[in-house]
Formats: sequence, structure tokens, C-alpha cells
Amino acid sequence: MPEQLVFAMEVVLNGLMAGVLYALVALGFVLIYKASGIFNYAQGVMALFAAMTLVGIMQGQVPFAHLINATFGLHVTHFGWQIPGFIAILLTMAVMVLLAWLVQTFIMRHLIGQEPIILFMATIGLAYFLEGVADLMWGSEIKTLDVGLPQGINLWIDERTFNIFGYGFFIDNLDIVATIIAALLVAALVAFSQYTKQGRAMRAVADDHQAALSVGISLNFIWVLVWSVAGFVALVAGIMWGTKSGVQFSLSLIALKALPVLMLGGFTSIPGAIVGGLIIGVGEKLFEFAIGPLVGGATENWFAYVLALIFLVFRPQGLFGEKIIERV
Amino acid sequence: MKLKLTTLALGAMMAAGPVMAELVMPSLSYRTGPYAAGGIPFADGYADYFTLLNERDGGIGGVPVRVIECETGYNTEKGVECYESTKGEGALVYQPLSTGITYQLIPKTTADGIPMHTLGYGRTSAKNGNVFSHTFNYPANYWDGASGAVNYLLEENGGDISDKKIALVYHNSAYGKEPIRTLEELSAKHGFELILLPVDHPGQEQKSQWLQIRRERPDNVIMWGWGVMNQVAIQEAANIRFPMENFIGIWWSGGEHDVLPAGAASDGYKALTFHNVGRDFPIFQDIQEYVVDAGKAAGAGDQIGNVLYNRGLYAAMLAAEAVKEAQEIHGTADITPAMMRDGMEALDMTEERMASLGLPNFGPTFTASCENHGGDGMVGVVQWDADSQTWSLISDFAPTDQDVLGPLIKADSQSYAEENNIPAQCE
Repeated sequence: MPEQLVFAMEVVLNGLMAGVLYALVALGFVLIYKASGIFNYAQGVMALFAAMTLVGIMQGQVPFAHLINATFGLHVTHFGWQIPGFIAILLTMAVMVLLAWLVQTFIMRHLIGQEPIILFMATIGLAYFLEGVADLMWGSEIKTLDVGLPQGINLWIDERTFNIFGYGFFIDNLDIVATIIAALLVAALVAFSQYTKQGRAMRAVADDHQAALSVGISLNFIWVLVWSVAGFVALVAGIMWGTKSGVQFSLSLIALKALPVLMLGGFTSIPGAIVGGLIIGVGEKLFEFAIGPLVGGATENWFAYVLALIFLVFRPQGLFGEKIIERV
Repeated sequence: MKLKLTTLALGAMMAAGPVMAELVMPSLSYRTGPYAAGGIPFADGYADYFTLLNERDGGIGGVPVRVIECETGYNTEKGVECYESTKGEGALVYQPLSTGITYQLIPKTTADGIPMHTLGYGRTSAKNGNVFSHTFNYPANYWDGASGAVNYLLEENGGDISDKKIALVYHNSAYGKEPIRTLEELSAKHGFELILLPVDHPGQEQKSQWLQIRRERPDNVIMWGWGVMNQVAIQEAANIRFPMENFIGIWWSGGEHDVLPAGAASDGYKALTFHNVGRDFPIFQDIQEYVVDAGKAAGAGDQIGNVLYNRGLYAAMLAAEAVKEAQEIHGTADITPAMMRDGMEALDMTEERMASLGLPNFGPTFTASCENHGGDGMVGVVQWDADSQTWSLISDFAPTDQDVLGPLIKADSQSYAEENNIPAQCE
């Protein structure tokens, strides 16, 4: 088999894996948009906030230590204990539920019935506010996140592919774990929305707010639920990306990777986010591999958007989005 | 009525009386935002050094130093706002801590007659004082960094790297592209093959670049990274099992926060430097006694001895020594920005001088002059030990290839001079 073709196969596999990571971020956007019509600009910052909270809890960091020290003249930084990853994840989830309740109670509840652009603006405000709170709460230093996820080359794949092609493929163990977790997450989300009372209520709200209200579904509860689920997805994305790069403020920029995925997969479809992520991941990596060297490289950021735009021109609602037909 | 007039006259006299002299040092810091991890220790080191001088020596030449900190968030517009809002306070020298802000401030500081110091960043050709009268970039610039990396590889390979393949992984920005021309010239001179691998901002996703490195198997990788790009690159290098000892970053890719997220896998990673690392210097005892124990440290005190803390401290030390030169030249302790510029041009950093300050071998020796605002471009290499979580200086501060760099700096600065009608400054 020609060497370039073998390399291209490795690139495609890595593109699929990268696509799963993009899809993880996009999922959070889809959940909130589907249920409330809000494009949540703060989704990336929620991933950052969740990851920082997780590390803070694991390391026994005192939240708002800088503020406490400055106010009371103390020098406290840590409680002196460490909390295992699994318990810390549960505690972080509780914090994300609390955040969802706060967002709903103090922001979104007051904006019901407003134009989508107003809601979007509110989430921009929320993003910057949350970033500031995260800084104040946990500090701005880069934190190492280790919840026991494996990293580095998968030797089994390396050996097998070497035996077949004479060249061992590089697949990161973390990417394999991310793929499994993403698959479980999507299955859980689908099961939740199909087979639970709350999930069905969530779908009812997504279809028609007024009709859902008329049959006694609490809009307030459902939106807290949706923001909580989006917070959970943000936590998963934050763990995956934070393990790769350390938990730091640029983690919020992973939202940029989700936008072309949403454009391509549609804002209202969970399978769309996954398929969109895979297409973007493979597309950008293959383009960088084949065309990148001819144009000086660094094509991935812009090519992802070109790919999304091409899909958008032919299918504005995205691959799996709902077609909107308005009759006059 | 008489009493009222007397009171008014006294008040007017008090208002017009001699103002307490002070040496104003603005610190354009970034303690917030995506790059705060690097900005905080630098700002702490810069402030703590001046606090030490105030507390231990009563300032410089008897005049206290006042540091004005202004948050830029590493944002160019905010940096310019900081400059505009602080220059009227009697600012003696600016450290913009950003190449973007530096480019905006070069014409402004020149017009306002305030010197600017951009150590290890900014416009490389500002080394030519004959064109850039108020900008200084001693002791080393980006092109020195590129040459220093190649010189180090030459030294490691017995002076011959003609059969080597060297990859440059760089932030796809003006900053990241700085070393390319120098490396191309050095590639032509020494015969090594140069592979260029740009990484788009912010650099969170670098799979393509590291797969290419895995396929092309370069002997060495040089990195010009910034922010999250550094941590991801080091992790990706570890993932593909690239030998860390063959991976060298520029000094902005060589802080503790760059290597710690990769854990043990980052062991052996190297970075270029123009100052020493660690806290095994006499001055740190004084910092502990006069600054930390006195409760006057700029931050929480947890950054002391970190690479970027030391860089901030080094920048402050160079500024303080330039103040001393200026005071001596002009015979006054209360100096102006113009006098400060003279002091910076007269700066002669000898080993004896650094040792007397409690900082033996802390940086390269160099002499500035009217023509030479960049020093002698001496660059060293540090290596990370993941077990002890410490950097160690593993080479001397060695000279860079001025035969190659000199003409490049001359050409770039001359073109700036022609574009802006700048006459020769050192007649």
C-alpha cells in the first residue's frame, strides 16, 4: 500500500477522534438550544468553570481564598485534604446543578418571552461573569488535572497496524477513552429523553413551550434540568480537554471548535452534533495533511468553517436540524 | 480677615512646596485572562525587587521607587490605554510585556521621550539604537534565541548539524514567525533541513503537527509557543514519544506552568533563557526578610524563584541599575525619563556588578551603547527535571551568531528608518 495512503488512514482515524472531542463541546450547545432556543455563548466557559471546580475540589483548595485573605488578613489556600476523583466529580456536578439553578433563577426566568438575540446577549454576559468568578474562586494559575485517564500512544494499535502496514498508527489513549465516554453520554442522553418522565417533559418543552405549560409541565424546573445536563456535558468536555492541556483559561476557547460542528450538524440534533464533529474532525485533519503543506499549514481553524459553510449553503438547518417552514 | 489671608497663603505655599521625589516605574501587567499564569509571576518579581530596594536601601540613591501597576490582560488596546494613563505620572521606563503593545508604543514612547525596555520580546531590530532611540531589548532578542538554539545543537553535535532535520513548531502569529528568517539563514549556513509547522491560535489542538513530526522524524524540535500551545505541545511530544532532550522551546515556552501539566512525561524538556533559574542566589534571602516576612510581597509569595518571577526580578534589576547609571551621569538622584534613557545606554552589566547585587551569574554580561540597545545576545539553555520539579541552567550564556544576525537587524531597522524618516541617532 502506498505510504501516503497509510499516513492518510492514520490522519482519518485521528480526525475521527478529534471530532469526538469537538462533538462533546457541541453537545452542550445543542441541549440548551433544543430545549429553550438559547444559543448559550457561555458553554465554553462552563467547561472551564467545571474543570476548575473539579481540580479545586480534588486538591482541597479554598474557594475565593484570595478574597478571603485580602478581606480578613488571612493566608489560607488549602483545607489540607485531597478528594478522590470520582467523589470530586459528583461534588462538581452538584456545583453545576447549583449554577444551573442560579442562572435560571436570576437571569433566564426574567427573560422568558424575550427575543432570541436578547437571550444570546444574556449568555455573553454570563460567560464573562462566570470567567471572572472562576478566576476569583480558584485563581488563574494553570492546574494539572489527573482523574486517572490514560494518555499517550496506544501500543496495541501501534503494533497491529505496524504488522499490517509496516507503519504503526498513532492513536492517543485519551482519545479512545473520550470516544467511549462520548458514546455512553449520547446513549444516556437519548435514553433520558426517551424513557424518563423528565426527559419526555424536556422534549415537550422543546417542541412547544405553551403547550407544555398547558399540561402542567414546570418550565422553570425543565430549564434548570437542561442547564444542569449541559453543565454535566461541560464537565465531561472540561475533563477531556483539561487532561490534555492542563486546566487554564484558554479552555473556554474550545467553544470555537464547536461552532462549525453546530453549523454542520444543526443546533437541535444530538446525533447531528456527533456526526458534525466527526465530519469536521476528519475534514480539517485531511485537508491539513493533503493541502496544508502546499499553503504553509495551519489550515485547520479556517477550513473547519469553510466546510461548515459549504454544508450550510446546501442545507441551512444543518445535516440533522429541523427544517423551518414559515407560512405567510 | 488677616487670619484668613495668612491661612490661604500657608495653604498655597504647602500646595506649591517641593514634591517628594520618587522614581516611577509602571508595570503593565496581566494578572487576569488566558495568559495570567505567566503574567502574575513576572509582575510579582518586578514589584518585589523594587519593594526590596525601598525597604532595605531606602530606594535607589535615596529616592523611593513607586511601581504603578496597570492591568493589560495581554490586550494591545488596553496596554496602550495603560501607557496613556500612566505616562503623566513621571514614568521612567515601560516594560510592556507584549510584542503587540511594544509595536504600538515604539512611536509613542519615542515621541514622548520615555524609554521602553522589551527584554526577550518585542521588535528584534530595536537593538539598533541608531534607529530606535528609546527602545531597548537587552540582553537578548528573538533572533538571538533562534541562533542560540542552533548554536546549542551545534555544540551537542560536535559542530556539525548538516545531516540533521530540525522542525520549528510555532504559534501562527507575528511572534511565532519571528525566528523563521533567522533559522532559514542558519539552515543555509549550516546545512540542516528546516521543517516549518505552524500552530493556529490558541494551540489547543495540535494533532496534525505532531503526527507530521512522527512521520518525518526530525532530530530536533524547536518551539516558539505561547499560552496553552506550550502545554499541549509538550504533552503531544510525550504522547508520540519524541525524546524530550531533543525538544527546545524559546524562553516564553520554558516556565513551570508549561511543563507541569504533562507531569513526569515532560522530564528532560529544554528551553532557552537569558537569565538564571531557581532561588539559589543571595538576593532571595533579602527578599524573604525585607519583602515576604514583612508582608509586603506583591503576590501570595508562592511564585518566588519561578522562571517568570526571576525574569520580572531581572527586568527590575536592570531598570534599577540603569537608574543608578543615570543618577551618576547627571549628578542627581531625582532623574527624568530622558536621563533614564541615558542611563540605559550607559549600562554595563558585569559579573562583579551582578554578584554585588546578590545575583551572581544571574544573567549574561553585556554592555549597552548608543548604537547597541540589545546587548551582546548571549543565550543559555535550561532543562526541566520532573522529579524535583526544577529547572537547571545546563549551559553557559553563549554568544549568538552576530555574523548572520547583524545584517538582518541592520536591514530591518534601516527599512523602518526609511519608512518613518528617522535620521541617525548616534552621530
